[in-house]
Amino acid sequence: MTSKTHSALLAALTAGAASFAPALVPAAAVAAEEPVLYVYNWSDYIAEDTIETFEAETGIKVTYDVFDSNEVLEAKLMAGSTGYDIVVPTGAFLARQIQAGVFSELDKSKLPNIANMDPEIMERVAAFDPENKHAVVYMWGTTAIGYNVAKVEEALGADAPTDSWGLIFDPENAAKLADCGISMLDAPVEVIPAALNYLGMDPGAKDKESIEKAEALLKQIAPHVRYYHSSQYINDLANGDVCVSIGWSGDVFQARDRADEADNGVEIAYTVPKEGALMWFDMLAIPTDAPHPENAHKFLNFLMDAQVAADITNYVWYANANVEATPLVDPDITSDPGIYPTEEAKKKLYTSVVYDSKADRLLNRAWTAVKTGR
Amino acid sequence: MTWLWRRGRALVVAAPVLWLGLFFLMPFLVVLRVSFAEAVIARPPFSELLDWADGLLTVTLNLGNYTFLVEDDLYIDAYLNSIRVAFVSTLICLVIAYPMALLIARSKYRNLLLMLVILPFWTSFLLRMYALIGLMSPTGFINSALALAGIGPITMMQTDFAVYAGIVTGYLPLMILPLYSTLEKLDESLLEAAHDLGAKPWKAFLTVTLPLSAPGILAGSLLVFIPAVGEFVIPALLGGPDQLMIGKVLWTEFFNNRDWPLASAVAIAMLALLVAPIMFVRNALGAKE
Repeated sequence: MTSKTHSALLAALTAGAASFAPALVPAAAVAAEEPVLYVYNWSDYIAEDTIETFEAETGIKVTYDVFDSNEVLEAKLMAGSTGYDIVVPTGAFLARQIQAGVFSELDKSKLPNIANMDPEIMERVAAFDPENKHAVVYMWGTTAIGYNVAKVEEALGADAPTDSWGLIFDPENAAKLADCGISMLDAPVEVIPAALNYLGMDPGAKDKESIEKAEALLKQIAPHVRYYHSSQYINDLANGDVCVSIGWSGDVFQARDRADEADNGVEIAYTVPKEGALMWFDMLAIPTDAPHPENAHKFLNFLMDAQVAADITNYVWYANANVEATPLVDPDITSDPGIYPTEEAKKKLYTSVVYDSKADRLLNRAWTAVKTGR
Repeated sequence: MTWLWRRGRALVVAAPVLWLGLFFLMPFLVVLRVSFAEAVIARPPFSELLDWADGLLTVTLNLGNYTFLVEDDLYIDAYLNSIRVAFVSTLICLVIAYPMALLIARSKYRNLLLMLVILPFWTSFLLRMYALIGLMSPTGFINSALALAGIGPITMMQTDFAVYAGIVTGYLPLMILPLYSTLEKLDESLLEAAHDLGAKPWKAFLTVTLPLSAPGILAGSLLVFIPAVGEFVIPALLGGPDQLMIGKVLWTEFFNNRDWPLASAVAIAMLALLVAPIMFVRNALGAKE
């Protein structure tokens, strides 16, 4: 074989690998990037025309895949060579992944739209990503309570404490709601801080004693909980199969929309209890082995455009962190305290802490004990 | 000629050996290796076993993962519960499948009936489980029908019942097919002989049909039991939160605790726990034959 045919074959092979199997693309960035981009985002988490518009504007072909849990994303990232150019982990996960060296630093000179970002929120996420070096906020939301208005009233009367975590965490209320169905996210990092907060303790406590107290509270209501799952409740709330769920804000709104569309008489509401709730941030970041970092920067900058961000929020009902976008968002959304909390409510919101592996094990062991009742 | 023949044979054997070596043995060795490592925050998230520094090769084997499995009774309980669930499901499958296999083997429509048994395999396993959710959920098909009759609703989802229903529907064909293949080969003249010698039908069944179908029972039971022990999807979709199964524990270790080494140790321990008794049963039955 001559060296000429050899190199031609090699070129054909690499081209084939690049277009068909992102995982096989060599990590070394080439000067002129191929006009493609591999994005890995949460499911149901972008406006219908976002990708189309980006492709039309830049000529970059986007392959858009979705995941539905941080754990799955993290397992992929830790195994390495995902082939993705942009991934969207939540704050505390991002922090650990940065520590593991998963992400490269952003080149801010390529991100002029970063000026649109809310400085207050960027400061909050600096707890996960010091100096905001590796990531920008995509959307943010809260973890609180979604409920079926009629069924809760039926079970607890007109003065049901829907403005408090006591709705679920008070065993008496939980017992009364058990028949119509309680669900919780299967995520100890979301539920245990809520329990600690309800008990008047530091929601970010990592010590054994505090976690045991949260465990004791959750165990008391465990007999009344139908299941722990992080996506099933969207459908079940909408169908009326469960009546109270600890869930993510946007997911509860999705359940509300589905019930409206089905016109089945189910009315779903989302409440951020007066005791406060967990505020989380989904962060856009570029893995160190991303094959197309240039294109990734273009996409990040595009997502931080005020109109683009507003369009996404209008579609997914999650708040963005873009100050310039706020006036462009549907007033129905900006006036909804479940999505854009009032300044006063914001003060009560707490962000998740980064757990070390020992605390992780404590938390998950407590969680298993709660779920299995042992 | 013999040279060619031998070479051809070696080639035929080499393909499966290579396949098993590459896609079964190698992954197993990887898991075994990870099970002796320590979890770290890095990529990949476990420590290296070998360290070469200053001309000194150090091998660090962390046995802590295995001792931890014994220290916390969570793991032993999960193993025992998985084995119990798998055992009960296998029994239910056997009880349902045996008469079906017998009927098919003796029916003149056996091809059609066999087809009906295989038919569910043409639908994705996951979809069949979701269909069961549609059937058993509080507002599902069964409860809607019961509501018309003024009964219910009955809670079926997130219970042990739902898990058994899932495993049995999912794995039933795996029990029927080997049973059918042994029963179909059964020489009917043996039953006629038993009848001629005065055996009642049930006695002929117990002394002739049942013993002769033992290989089918064993094969079918293993096909159901082994995957049922490690089953993750069915308990995750249909089961209740209080159901402790090893597949779910493994998921928690791997994804929630991010402890790949401990997750690997759980998997290796499960393999060791299952392989020994199954080899024993196989050998005992093999010796009898």
